Amino acid sequence: MILEKIKANFGQAVLETHSFRGDDTALVSREKIFELAKFLKEDPELDFNILMDLTAVDYLKMEKPYRYEVVYHFFSLAKKHRVRIKVPLTEENPSVATLTSLWPIANWFEREVWDMFGIRFEGHPNLKRIMMYEEFVGHPLRKDYPVRKRQPLIGPKN
Amino acid sequence: MIEKEADLSSMGFFTTKVNDMVGWARKYSIFQYPFVTACCGMEYMATACSHYDVDRFGAGFPRFSPRQSDVLFVVGTISHKLAPVLKRIYDQMTEPKWVVAFGVCTCTGGFYDNYATVMGIDTLIPVDVYIPGCPPRPENVLDGLMKLQEKIQSHHDS
Amino acid sequence: MTLELKQTRKESMFLNMGPSHPAMHGIIRILLELDGETVVNSDVEIGYLHRAFEKMSEEGGYLQVIPYTDRLNYVSPLINNFGYVSAVEKLFGIDITERTKYIRVIMSEISRVTDHLTCVGASAMELGAFTVFLYMIKAREFLYELIEDVTGARLTVSYARVGGVKADLTPDFKEKTLKALTETRKVLKEVNQLITRNRIFVDRMKGVGVISKEDALAYGITGPFLRSTGVDYDVRKDQPYYVYDRFDFDIPVGEKGDNYDRYLIRMEEMEQSLRIVEQGLEQIPQGDLNVDTEGRVIPAAQMVDEAKMGHTSGLIQLEVMTDPTLEGSTERFYKNVNACNKKTAMPPKEETYGNIEGLMNHFKIVMGGHGIRPPQGEVYFAVEGANGELGFYVVSDGTDRPYRVRVRPPCFTIMAALSKLIQGGSVADIVPTFGSVNMIGGELDR
Repeated sequence: MILEKIKANFGQAVLETHSFRGDDTALVSREKIFELAKFLKEDPELDFNILMDLTAVDYLKMEKPYRYEVVYHFFSLAKKHRVRIKVPLTEENPSVATLTSLWPIANWFEREVWDMFGIRFEGHPNLKRIMMYEEFVGHPLRKDYPVRKRQPLIGPKN
Repeated sequence: MIEKEADLSSMGFFTTKVNDMVGWARKYSIFQYPFVTACCGMEYMATACSHYDVDRFGAGFPRFSPRQSDVLFVVGTISHKLAPVLKRIYDQMTEPKWVVAFGVCTCTGGFYDNYATVMGIDTLIPVDVYIPGCPPRPENVLDGLMKLQEKIQSHHDS
Repeated sequence: MTLELKQTRKESMFLNMGPSHPAMHGIIRILLELDGETVVNSDVEIGYLHRAFEKMSEEGGYLQVIPYTDRLNYVSPLINNFGYVSAVEKLFGIDITERTKYIRVIMSEISRVTDHLTCVGASAMELGAFTVFLYMIKAREFLYELIEDVTGARLTVSYARVGGVKADLTPDFKEKTLKALTETRKVLKEVNQLITRNRIFVDRMKGVGVISKEDALAYGITGPFLRSTGVDYDVRKDQPYYVYDRFDFDIPVGEKGDNYDRYLIRMEEMEQSLRIVEQGLEQIPQGDLNVDTEGRVIPAAQMVDEAKMGHTSGLIQLEVMTDPTLEGSTERFYKNVNACNKKTAMPPKEETYGNIEGLMNHFKIVMGGHGIRPPQGEVYFAVEGANGELGFYVVSDGTDRPYRVRVRPPCFTIMAALSKLIQGGSVADIVPTFGSVNMIGGELDR
């Protein structure tokens, strides 16, 4: 029901949908994500009032035409259903609109995605690192960052 | 002046006895600074409470200021963001001071061999007693505490 | 003679409640902007315990992520274990046996009680009630002994396996648990008498740290925090998993959203969790004892030696005697605690030591380069952690290593709202508010 409604209202922007193991998922293009999020929040039948999670995945090692995907998980308290929206981003332009004006928690989630992946959020009030220290160079959760590369502030390197 | 030094060498018996007494007093009144970060903190709390009482060793009164304490218990993983803070607290402590590395994350880094963890705090500050374990059982902690007491007993003010 | 008062320049003072602070449980830095004693603005800085859980989980196989998960919320490690393993099971699409579901529910609820005991004890200690802390930790020791009997470790248990749990319950688990529950209830009653109507405690906690329902939903807060504002959302009741729909328990809900409500909710939730454990012990199915051997047992080491020498005739009819903490691995208990799925569950020890197919099955699951391989896809599974909804998002690319494991931490959202909670209050009000947030560093920073 959810996926049909999304496809009916945003026809061209929905690139693909699936329901693997019962989780409704839709892949949406990056220009329409703010409108889609607003629609999901305000439509009385869908009523997704909680943004559960906002994260990203780096598809460098899997064969896909784009590099990053920003993944949003929404939950509706009244209707008790969930949906997952994914936004594909290419390596040349890793940026997407922020959802801070709709849900204030997106502020911290997006800071973490910036810190770990280097994806910019346009319109974010305070986009700085949250997990790592400011002197750190690079974005750790990208697939091309080696896991043992340390950048110590004090002390020896190894 | 030279006569005074000759006098002292014949009083060697008394100075060693005084040293022993000071060592005895120090080892049974340990003022600890618990620098608790992670899961080992749960076992630290269990050791400090009534079941595996650490108060019977005289070490049951944590002082929360580095200037007033003499043993620094580093409990739990130290990340690179926290390392300068640890060094600063160690520098603020007054002599004589001892450091206990509690838990395997502080001894050698544990199984967190990645970009964010300090592999052993002995790369930053000198450590006196290592208590390995993930987390160490309270009996291990009490054993380590007794070894620390032996070390304190034999400490000479040089 | 009148005094002349000179107009002094008013500036706010910046105070740093630094990473290592005695009243904070966990390392966090709060930069406060004060006007006298009231907090005008604050900035919360986290990330001091970032241990790169998500990066490390891409290094080994699916089973090697389980020890990392129990260090996430280290006061209730079993809930994280089961959450991760359930997400992988959903990815595979396998069902677990009834007895496993009951075991998981019982152990999760015991873990939830240890979490709430630690939270209430530590926050009461910060307000000066040191006795309450000692009583709560005493009660926690009874539960740790129970967990140690079943899993082998007190804190970092790694008890869950894909398709089941590591080992079955010990034979005298029911008596020991009921005794531990009686002792825990006694402690809870004593603590209730000490602080619930104590004037000092109530004055410090009532009306402090208030959050409204709209703010809580806008910040995505779940768990006892959300329930204290009046919304009764609990994953166990609204989207039941395992066998929670067969139990009779209540969800305590508050009204005002302040610290005192959260304290009362936690105390009541402990009582409800103990109720669930009792009902679980009554209802747990015995599991079929598949005894078709001739009753002869052989120690495991001897069986391995015989098999190496080539004396394999008749070995398959003997029953292997393993260590009691490996009770899930002998054929007798195998069906109780493991899903019948060759791809993910380790074979019983009689098969592993006795014939070559079992050995190959074991090898394929455990060795690096081989290992369990789920189909390509992504899945999200949520369990009710002690702080709120703990979600695991696992992406698999068909190989033996997870492509991405993401934890949705419940206390991350609460910490994002912290600067709103303490604004307008005094510095001394930060301590009880922070205590009732129950920030666990391992979960917040992963």
